[in-house]
Amino acid sequence: MTNVLVDETSNNLNQPGEPESWRRFFSFSTDHKVIGIQYIVTAFFFFLVGGIFAMVIRGELITPEADLVDRTVYNAMFTLHGTVMLFLWTFPVLSGLANYLVPLMIGARDMAFPRLNAVAFWMVPIFGVVLMGSFLAPGGPSQAGWWAYPPVSLQNPSGALINGQFLWLLAVALSGVSSIMGAVNIVTTIVRMRAPGMTFFKMPIFVWAVMSAQIIQLFGLPALTAGAVMLLFDLSLGTSFFDPLKGGDPILFQHFFWFYSHPAVYVIILPIFGIFSELFPVYARKPLFGYKVVAISSLIIVGLSAVVWVHHMFASGTPGWMRMLFMFSTMLIAVPTGIKVFAWVATIWGGKLRLTSAMLFALGGLIMFVFAGITGIMLAAVPVDIHVNNTYFVVGHFHYVIYGATVMGVYAALYHWFPKMTGRMYNEGLGKLHFVLTFIGANLNFFPMHPLGLEGMPRRVASYDPEFAFWNVIASLGAFLLGISTLPFILNMVGSWIQGEKAPNNPWRAIGIEWLVSSPPSHENFEVLPVVVASPYGYGKSDPLVSNADDLEVAHEHH
Amino acid sequence: MKIRTVLILAAVATALAAISFWVGQSAYGWMPPQASAESILVDRLFSFLVTVGTFIFLGVFVTLAYAVLFQQAGRYDSSDGPHIEGNVTLEIVWTAIPLALVLWIAVYSFQIYDQMSILGPMEHVHMGMATAEAAPVVQGSADSDADVPIEVLARQWTWEFRYPGQNVSSTELHLPSNQRATLLLKSEDVIHGFFIPAFRIKQDVIPNEEITFEFTPIREGKYRLRDSQYSGTYFAAMQADVVVESSDAYREWLTSAAKKPPVVAYNEAFEDYRQISEKGGSAGWVTVPPAEPPLVNYSGSPLTRE
Repeated sequence: MTNVLVDETSNNLNQPGEPESWRRFFSFSTDHKVIGIQYIVTAFFFFLVGGIFAMVIRGELITPEADLVDRTVYNAMFTLHGTVMLFLWTFPVLSGLANYLVPLMIGARDMAFPRLNAVAFWMVPIFGVVLMGSFLAPGGPSQAGWWAYPPVSLQNPSGALINGQFLWLLAVALSGVSSIMGAVNIVTTIVRMRAPGMTFFKMPIFVWAVMSAQIIQLFGLPALTAGAVMLLFDLSLGTSFFDPLKGGDPILFQHFFWFYSHPAVYVIILPIFGIFSELFPVYARKPLFGYKVVAISSLIIVGLSAVVWVHHMFASGTPGWMRMLFMFSTMLIAVPTGIKVFAWVATIWGGKLRLTSAMLFALGGLIMFVFAGITGIMLAAVPVDIHVNNTYFVVGHFHYVIYGATVMGVYAALYHWFPKMTGRMYNEGLGKLHFVLTFIGANLNFFPMHPLGLEGMPRRVASYDPEFAFWNVIASLGAFLLGISTLPFILNMVGSWIQGEKAPNNPWRAIGIEWLVSSPPSHENFEVLPVVVASPYGYGKSDPLVSNADDLEVAHEHH
Repeated sequence: MKIRTVLILAAVATALAAISFWVGQSAYGWMPPQASAESILVDRLFSFLVTVGTFIFLGVFVTLAYAVLFQQAGRYDSSDGPHIEGNVTLEIVWTAIPLALVLWIAVYSFQIYDQMSILGPMEHVHMGMATAEAAPVVQGSADSDADVPIEVLARQWTWEFRYPGQNVSSTELHLPSNQRATLLLKSEDVIHGFFIPAFRIKQDVIPNEEITFEFTPIREGKYRLRDSQYSGTYFAAMQADVVVESSDAYREWLTSAAKKPPVVAYNEAFEDYRQISEKGGSAGWVTVPPAEPPLVNYSGSPLTRE
C-alpha cells in the first residue's frame, strides 16, 4: 500500500507542468512550497476570523457598560480570539514560512517527510472547523479564556457531554499533535538535508531561528497536550486531576499550561528574529553584524525559555523563593535578546537603506519589539508584576510582541518573499499604505492598554469603571483602524498575484540560495544540489555563495 | 574626528539621560494614588525601570531614526555598504552591560520584594534580609486592631468580609490606616484574584487553600477591590469597595456594624442574572448561576458607576 502511494506520487512529480496547476493548492500536495502557501493562506483566513472577534471585543469595550453583547458572548469572544490568533494564525503562518523557506535556504529539494508535512497541515483546517463548530455546541463555545484554567473551565453550565470546552480541548490537543509533527519534520530536515558545504555556521539565521523554535515545540508541547488531555478527562470522564472540590490541584494545570505556553512565545518570536536577521542585511546592503553570536543566542534563548514559566504565576499562590528564582531566570533572557537587537541596529547603521514595504514592516516591528522587551522586564520584576499581573498592562505588552513584532514581522516576510512565492512583484504604494495604517493602528490600539493596566483595569472584563473610558475609546479606534489596514494588504496580494509585474529570480539583489533559482522555484527546487562555498550575508564582497550557481535551475521547467 | 564623535555621543547620551529621568519621574503619576506602604516601594521600582527602559528605547529609536533619515541609498546607487561582519569588543560590551543591568534590576527588585513581605508566614520564606519595611508602623503595640485576620470570602461573583473577633460581616472591606492588615483569603468555588490597585497588591484566592496576606494601608479614603483572576460570566462585576479610615473611626464602625441585624446585600451579578431570568433568559449562552448574595451586617452602598 505504502509502495503504491510512493509510486503514484513520484509519477505525478515526473509529469512536467502537472504540479504547476492551481489545483495543487487545494490538494494533498507533498511539495513543501505548496504546503507553505497552504499554511499561510489558511492562517490568514483565521487571522481575519480572530480579527472579527477582536472587533466585537473592542466594540464592547468602547463603552464602560456591558451593552453590546451578552457577557457570555463577550467571554467566548476573548477566549476564541486568543485561541484562534495563536493556534490558527500565528503558529500556522510561521509553519508556512518555515515550510516554504527552509528547504530552499538549506538547498534541499523538499522536507524530510513530505507526507507527514501534508498531514500536519491538513490537521489545521480540521481543528479549525472543530473549534468554529463549538459555536453550535450547547452552551456555546468555551468561555474559560485561552488558558482554560480550572475550575472555571470545568464548570460546564450546559451539562452537555459535547460542550464548547470539550471541543476547545479537542482542537488544542489536535493542534499540539499537528505542531509536534511539524517540529519533527523541520528539525530533521535542517539536521539531515543541508546541501553540500552548508555547515551549521553557513546556515542563514532564519534557519537557525526556526530550528531553535521547533526544538522548543519538541520539549514543551507534550506538557501542554498532556495537560489538555487531563483536563478533558476531568471535564468529561469525572477524573479529578485539577478539580479542587474533588481533591485535585488547579495550580498543577497552570504549571502544565505555562511550561509550554511561555516557551511558545519564543516559538513565535524566534522565527521573527530570523526574518529580521534576513531582511536587514538585504535592505541595508551590509552583512549581519555578529552572525555567530546571533545564531548561538537563539539556542541560549531556547535553554532559558524552559526555565521561566512560573513568571506567569507570580500571583498564583507561588511561594516567595520561587518568585525570586523565576524573576532572575526571566530577566536573563533579556541578554541574548538584547544581543540580537544591538546586532540588527549595528547591521542597519552605516548601510545603504532601501525602505521597501518589507523593510518598513521590519523596522516598525523592531521598534515595537524593543518597547515590548522593556515592558517585559518590568513584568519580570516581581513587585511590579504583582500590581500589573492580569491587568491590561500585560495585554498591552504581549500585543506589542504578538502584533507589533510578530504580525509586522510576518508582513515583512510576506512582502519580501512574495516575488519568490508567486513569481510576481507586489505594489509598493499599497504596501506602504498598509504599513502606515498598521503601524498607527497597532500603536493606537495597544499603547493605551499600558496606562489602563497601571491604573488597575483587569484583563478579560466585559465592563469597567468609567475612569477607564478615555484610553479604551482610543484603543477601540486603533483596533478598527487595524481592521481596515488588512484591506490594502489583501488587495495588494490578490491583485499582484493575478496581474503583478513578473518577478525576476532575485528582485532585491539578495544573497541566499532561494534567490538563485526561478521565481517561483520549480517543483523540485534544484536540478543539481547547490554546493555552498561562502557564509551567508556576503554583502560588500563579491564572493559567490555557491560554486555551481548556473547548474541549479531545473531544465525542463524554465519559465 | 574621533574626539568629535565622542563629544557628539556624550551630548546625545546626556540628553537622552535627562529625558529618561524626566519620564521616570512622571511615571509616579501613571499609577493610582499611593494608598499603602507597599505602593511607595512598588512605584519607586517602577519609576527606576521606566527611567532605564526609556533610555534604552530612545537609544535604539534615535539610532534607527537617524539611519532611516540620513542613510538611505540614492535612487541609482546599487552599491553595497561596508563589509563589516562584527566587532568582538563591541559585542562583548553589549553583552556585559545588559547582563550587569538585569542583575542590578533583579537584585533591586528582590530587595523591594523583601521589604514588602506581603505573603503571610505560611507562604513567605524569609531570605535573610531586614524584612517588611512596609510593615507595622505600630505593630505589636496595644493600639493594634489586627489581632485576628480578617476573612475574605470569594465566590462567583461576590466578595464577603468577616471580622471574626467582632462578629461582623460586610460586603465592604474596612481597614484601619497605618496598621498592618492581615487577611485570610478563601474561595468557595473557582480561583479569584484579590486586587486593590491603589495598594499595588494582588493575590490569587485558591479554592481549598487558606492564604495569609498582609499589607499596610496608609491613606484614608475609598478604593476599589477587583477580581483579577478570570472567574466566569460576571467576572467584571465582581468588585467591592475598600474603606481605609482612622483607627478610631474603624473601631466605631466595627461596633456599630456588630449591632446591625444581618441583611441581604446587593449584588450586581445576582441582580443582573435575576432580571435577565425574569425577562425569559439572556441573549447569550447558559451560565453558571451567581451565588446567593451574602447575609451581612454591613453592605455599604451598592457600587455606583457615577
